[in-house]
Amino acid sequence: MTNPDSSFQVDSLIAEDIDAYLDQHQHKSLLRFITCGSVDDGKSTLIGRLLYDSKMIFEDQLAALESDSKKVGTQGEEIDFALLVDGLAAEREQGITIDVAYRFFTTEKRKFIVADTPGHEQYTRNMVTGASTADLAVILVDARKGVLVQTRRHSYLVHLLGIKHVVLAVNKMDLVDYDQATFDAIVDDYSAFAEEVGIESFTAIPLSGFKGDNITASPSANTPWYSGPALIDHLESVDLASAAAQERSFSMPVQWVNRPNLDFRGFAGLIASGTVKTGDPVRIVPAGKTSKVKSIATFDGELEEAVAGQSVTLTLEDEVDCSRGDVIAAAGDPPEASDQFCSTIVWMDETAMKPGRGYWLKIGSQMVTATIQSPKYEIDVNSLDHLAAKTLELNSIGVAEFATDRSITFEPYAKSRELGGFILIDKFTNATVAAGMIEFSLRRAQNVHWQPTTITRDDHAAMKNQKPRVLWFTGLSGSGKSTIANEVEKQLALMNRHTFLLDGDNVRHGLNKDLGFTETDRIENIRRIGEVAKLMTDAGLIVLTAFISPFRAERHMVREMLSESEFIEVFVDTPLEIAEQRDVKGLYKKARSGELKNFTGIDSPYEAPENAEITVNTVDMTPVEAAEYIISQILPLK
Amino acid sequence: MRNLTHLERLEAESIHIFREVVAEAENPVMLYSVGKDSSVMLHLARKAFYPSPPPFPMLHVASGWDFQALLDHRDKTVKEYGLELIVAQNKDAEEQGINPFDTGSALYSQAQLTDPLKRALTEHGFDAAFGGGRRDEEKARAKERVFSFRTASHRWDPKNQRPELWNLYNAKKNKDESIRVFPISNWTELDIWQYIALEKIDIVPLYLSQKRPTVIRDGLTLVVDDDRFRLEDGEEPVERSVRFRTLGCYPLTGATESDATDMSKIIQEMLLATGSERQGRAIDKGQSASMEDKKAEGYF
Repeated sequence: MTNPDSSFQVDSLIAEDIDAYLDQHQHKSLLRFITCGSVDDGKSTLIGRLLYDSKMIFEDQLAALESDSKKVGTQGEEIDFALLVDGLAAEREQGITIDVAYRFFTTEKRKFIVADTPGHEQYTRNMVTGASTADLAVILVDARKGVLVQTRRHSYLVHLLGIKHVVLAVNKMDLVDYDQATFDAIVDDYSAFAEEVGIESFTAIPLSGFKGDNITASPSANTPWYSGPALIDHLESVDLASAAAQERSFSMPVQWVNRPNLDFRGFAGLIASGTVKTGDPVRIVPAGKTSKVKSIATFDGELEEAVAGQSVTLTLEDEVDCSRGDVIAAAGDPPEASDQFCSTIVWMDETAMKPGRGYWLKIGSQMVTATIQSPKYEIDVNSLDHLAAKTLELNSIGVAEFATDRSITFEPYAKSRELGGFILIDKFTNATVAAGMIEFSLRRAQNVHWQPTTITRDDHAAMKNQKPRVLWFTGLSGSGKSTIANEVEKQLALMNRHTFLLDGDNVRHGLNKDLGFTETDRIENIRRIGEVAKLMTDAGLIVLTAFISPFRAERHMVREMLSESEFIEVFVDTPLEIAEQRDVKGLYKKARSGELKNFTGIDSPYEAPENAEITVNTVDMTPVEAAEYIISQILPLK
Repeated sequence: MRNLTHLERLEAESIHIFREVVAEAENPVMLYSVGKDSSVMLHLARKAFYPSPPPFPMLHVASGWDFQALLDHRDKTVKEYGLELIVAQNKDAEEQGINPFDTGSALYSQAQLTDPLKRALTEHGFDAAFGGGRRDEEKARAKERVFSFRTASHRWDPKNQRPELWNLYNAKKNKDESIRVFPISNWTELDIWQYIALEKIDIVPLYLSQKRPTVIRDGLTLVVDDDRFRLEDGEEPVERSVRFRTLGCYPLTGATESDATDMSKIIQEMLLATGSERQGRAIDKGQSASMEDKKAEGYF
């Protein structure tokens, strides 16, 4: 297979002097880019063309391509390059790329990884995924159609993900007779929009992926009026993002502590920014302790110096406390730590964001619990308008504040992808539900110290001669939670213990009177109760709470607020039929008739505990027996 | 300022992936096929944890029809680097009458490769398994995530993959579920060979050309590796100078005629070659989407 048009023919060098070729190839740099366009912009064809021209297609693949082209191709008797790229079986039939696919090709100067990202309306999440690792974006526009709504959306996302190099590829020039005026009009149109989005500069190239114009050499005979670079020339010459990363101060998130024996304690990680040398003073963030780099240990021997993008293992001069999640940084310019942030969030899951619920947040090598507030606004990616929003649905983007359960080390995303980009993980499905970019910290957490008190929580507990705990009763309405909790409190009082019973109905009369029964309000209800229960344990009390608390995630959130072994989940396991039969407050009747909405067990789910510390029921036990059993399970009380 | 080469960047990325898994998974394992990709993976794993040895065992799924030279290389490597080796094999295959001559390729790979692999993963309770899959190998693999989530029955659902952003990998999973991890996702065949040459990684000699007894059958040049090889009427092994681009079960893996006896010649042949890497494997033949079907079943 030969291609005389290709400007990056290396056949002769490979055949004549393979060692010279290898030496050249070995010193190539790597550029990652994404292509984005709407369904018919010819994106797959363009990538297929790049692979074809760079000889990344073998004869057997080409044979399959030719036969496929005739069978399902859309280009008549000509080769349909798009078929090279469209991967999964279902998509091939639909003729739409629906996921992110990565392709590889190489030229004399560079090796390329292309993320082929979909242009279909509902797949924003895939484009964001592809853009997150790209240095450059190729935005395709069909010369016949010009700048479309999708073009604007793609440009916005490219800018949002911090891609500095943008190529506006005006494709299918062959279908507009290579008309310069058409090209110029599209470029003008796009310039106005790029400015609005915040894209500072872009390179516009007229091309045809199908015919091959201005792909490998420019100007094509068909566009004598064009004086810019061919697409490949441009891709080969733009600056790499890694160069900019090296110019910043040193930072490295610690992934793993390497302790093969007592004499070696190394901190392994991928350098996020800057340069590190042996002897450099460093600071462990967030703790703030300082030390010096003793050695940079690698399999290939000790290094004098290492730079951003390298995976290394550092040893330090001092025995400082440092583990996974910490960041080792230049002593004089460490990243900040905080626990409250404002960020842009891209929601990627079918289940909408639940403000107030705790999610895992992963940033660098740190994993913490984050609670997201209702979005300040959602961004209409087509018009860039700010819309009012209570939550974020799949593929929507918004700006929201969040708090983490402990301080995390970060940098604004605009400064560092490595320490500014995060993902959110659902604590129960374990799905990656969102990606986010930190804009700024709401306050400098290091300036808000916890006010130390002289009489500590241990003192409070010692004076009461008991171990503070939260007995968290959960179960359906009418299951007997309040009755049993009340009985437990009575029995504990007889044992001279200091207790407090927080009851669902009672709390809603005061502390939580502003909250309703939507899912969001229920989450906030539980969060506040959790905080109150926590304060009461600080005061040394044994707290009993009786709330339906139907969602595992919220009970888990409260569990995480408290120290280990303080949270005791008591599942009052009364079946729905029996609770409904009792219907002490007449609520089931109202719910069945539709008078009462969002009623647990009827039209709102109850998620039973999977590993409750204690399980009781009111079918086989009387409330007194259940209470005795519960107390027997928490002995000794001290 | 120092510009990293593409191999340095790929190496750093792979090492980062190895370390993330070891930090977050409870019981990882590396699938070690002893092939060139596995050899590169092992080398990267040794770099990732240096001066500690890789903190996980190697799992080799042996079909019973492996090249002898491959088994020798495996045992030598394991011994030299002090690694823990687990061999998974369907020992009942012979009784069940399963062999590469009589059994269809789909059933054969299911019985000899996929099933023993799944069984071993379940038996040892491995919750993360490193595999040598590369995105450039095949269309279905181009869309595979680096961390690929599997259900408790080891199935892959291509429609339900977790988005993977930046270098933030989500290793969270429920009990009995597992994750396949592909640290060399972004490497191409050329990168693999070049890295082997640069780092002087020891590989199975089958990749280098040498005179071997062969027969040509259905367009594949097969090496008669031991006397279990069933010759058909009129077939007579002929000595040919051959090597392999990929190593599977010897009665199913085609060799290519070649004079390449060193690494640069191999790379030269590869770059000038006209057939893709998997062409030598009988298992992948069939409809274009067949690899995807196998992946859904749990094949690597």
